[in-house]
Amino acid sequence: MSSEEASMTDTTDTHEQETAQQGAISDFGIDTTSQSTGEAVRDYWARVRGGELGSLPALLGLVVLLIVFSSLSDTFFTLGNLANLLQQGASITIIAMGLVFVLLLGEIDLSAGTASGVTAAVMALHLIHNGNLLGGMGDTVFYVFCGLLVLAIVLGAVMKVWAGVALSAVALVIAGVGIPANAWLEMLLAVCVGAAIGTITGFLVAKVGIPSFVVTLAFFLVWGGVVLQLIGQGGTLGLRDDTIFNVANGNLNFVGSWALFVIAVGGYAAIVLTRHFSRLRKGLVAQPTSLVLGKIGALAVLAAVITYALSLNRAPSDLIVIEGVPYVVPLVLVLLVVGTFVLDRTSYGRHIYAVGGNKEAARRAGINVERIRMSVFVIASAAAAIGAIVYSSKVGSVDPNAGGGNTLLLSVGAAVIGGTSLFGGKGRLRDAVIGGAVLAIIQNGMGLLRQPAAVVFIVTGLVLLLAASVDALSRRRAATAAR
Amino acid sequence: MSEPILELRGINKSFGPVHVLHDIDLDVQPGEVTALVGDNGAGKSTLVKCIAGIHPTDSGEVLFNGEPVHIKGPRDAAELGIEVVYQDLALADNLDIVQNMFLGRERTKGGLLDETDMEQAARKTLASLSVRTVKSVRTQVSSLSGGQRQTVAIAKAVLWNSKVVLLDEPTAALGVAQTRQVLDLVRRLAEQGLGVVLISHNMNDVFEVADKIACLYLGRMAAVVSTKDVTHGQVVELITAGRSGDLGIARPEAATI
Ligand SMILES: Nc1ncnc2c1ncn2[C@@H]1O[C@H](COP(=O)(O)OP(=O)(O)OP(=O)(O)O)[C@@H](O)[C@H]1O
Ligand SMILES: [Mg+2]
Repeated sequence: MSSEEASMTDTTDTHEQETAQQGAISDFGIDTTSQSTGEAVRDYWARVRGGELGSLPALLGLVVLLIVFSSLSDTFFTLGNLANLLQQGASITIIAMGLVFVLLLGEIDLSAGTASGVTAAVMALHLIHNGNLLGGMGDTVFYVFCGLLVLAIVLGAVMKVWAGVALSAVALVIAGVGIPANAWLEMLLAVCVGAAIGTITGFLVAKVGIPSFVVTLAFFLVWGGVVLQLIGQGGTLGLRDDTIFNVANGNLNFVGSWALFVIAVGGYAAIVLTRHFSRLRKGLVAQPTSLVLGKIGALAVLAAVITYALSLNRAPSDLIVIEGVPYVVPLVLVLLVVGTFVLDRTSYGRHIYAVGGNKEAARRAGINVERIRMSVFVIASAAAAIGAIVYSSKVGSVDPNAGGGNTLLLSVGAAVIGGTSLFGGKGRLRDAVIGGAVLAIIQNGMGLLRQPAAVVFIVTGLVLLLAASVDALSRRRAATAAR
Repeated sequence: MSEPILELRGINKSFGPVHVLHDIDLDVQPGEVTALVGDNGAGKSTLVKCIAGIHPTDSGEVLFNGEPVHIKGPRDAAELGIEVVYQDLALADNLDIVQNMFLGRERTKGGLLDETDMEQAARKTLASLSVRTVKSVRTQVSSLSGGQRQTVAIAKAVLWNSKVVLLDEPTAALGVAQTRQVLDLVRRLAEQGLGVVLISHNMNDVFEVADKIACLYLGRMAAVVSTKDVTHGQVVELITAGRSGDLGIARPEAATI
């Protein structure tokens, strides 16, 4: 279809029309000219004043928190603690990234936390029972489990959500065949079970039409019960496996750390510059080249400093060596890049924003709204499973409380603090990362200051409230500034 | 007279107990502007949405180029070459102008969105509509005025290589100059050989651009007349009473929703 459309515009492009259009195009005022740095900065400032804050408040909050905790605690701003911070915050951040997809549609997934617990428990059972899930779960539970996977495959096929179908099928195969324990297989199984859970949730929301709040509230309870059933009251499933342990506790070696630096910064520069020069070449409005280069340079310096710091030995005693960038950093980065790419550069991502902004307009544009709504729950639950792998790895075991407690609320909080709107249509994945960092710093810093849990909860809650207020106020501001 | 590009035969549509459209017949000729008029609630928008595949019809047949077609959704309509400018809810506020114009039919290159290509095409189309008050095609739709939105919605429809364009009260929110632009555009589309259906409450506009006028009265097609055969007064009578002289439905007083 797209080539046909392209040829359509091409054929109308006779020479005289071209010149006439050039004249008309200049009617768009500033649109064709490239901006100077001053203009770009002023433009940005005008948008901020107009209420388009984006992740700015959260970034400011992040800096303030870093300064406050560094001055109050001697241990906070040490290499060991900063690396620890990254490892602590990763799981919430990853779950929050998945939730952004759901929040973009103005929906909510309250079950992401306990669903992640289920995936962790299945992963642990597979590991402990050496691939024999039937033995690990007992007959009845195992057959119900397989039945649900089949159900997910069917529901996914009905709605043509093929990712959900494929991952659920993989889970069924792994569960059915009984391949001996292997860390990579177990992690794959967790993600696939997550996707299957999301397929069922998504179907109930998108096709049956139950509000997502109700469906996921019900599943919040259900999955919480399932985790308890799988592990048993008071039990704990230990994860004795080096690979799984390393996910949240291991570090890249020296070469790996700098390779990551080169790939990340180089990749970012390549993408940004390609796009920038392509826009300039086609005479479209673009930021000044110096500003673009400045941004890339600043990022490169920051990344270099962090990489350098993390590749120093940060072990508390002289007997061991702990150095290198934690594995969770590339993990979060990869998820961030892939997810952002999907949201910004593919039709699917565009359709998510459209459905979140105006469902009816999206439907009239020929978008399969039901399919989009279903698919985001698959993404959220699969991401929750990855989060579950990370938090289980961190503590080295899975207990009946896995993914319960405030896992979900902190994840939603992370997304919201970063600037994702609960009304849908507005938000980016990096919001979740920034928000996740804010929450991780609060939890870690308050812990170091030996504050009781009560204070930590209250402060976290107040920060969330503050973030929501900033969002509401900027929204009001944007509403009055427009038109 | 040429073959109609779009023919409706006996279209019926109910919302629950409310029978909104009764046995609607309508021919749309290529190269002609057909005005669709009728009082508020007569069923004009509903008819357009039935053609566009937004609402399923209860019975009746749609022929496109003489072939019966089954339009099950907006995508089917678009694939046939039917474009619609809706009266309401046509744009996503949180997207910018370019994103809205290509929504559902994004241009891609190697699986990724081809933003620059879409931006250039959108800008050309907007320029041809003389949209001068919009500062940038990357402006979010939420910050546009009602008229500017309407213009974007129209631009969205003319961007495609369509064969039939249905416009539901496209000038309702527009200023004098923009209304002029749209009426000129409507004529231009017809001259290019498209079948155009224009819904409007403004009789002056209707008489200026339409080749024929279809009057809906309480969900019934009261009359389809050639513009040159009728007067303002007759059309107004058809709209308000369903009958004018020997035009119109036989016993309009018996008609109910
Ligand atoms: N989604 C719907 N559900 C139920 N009834 C509807 C729906 N849409 C329209 N109707 C009813 O159908 C009838 C025709 O409405 P429609 O919007 O087609 O009128 P219209 O001719 O476009 O009027 P206007 O000139 O005010 O735009 C009205 O009585 C309206 O209440
Ligand atoms: Mg209407």
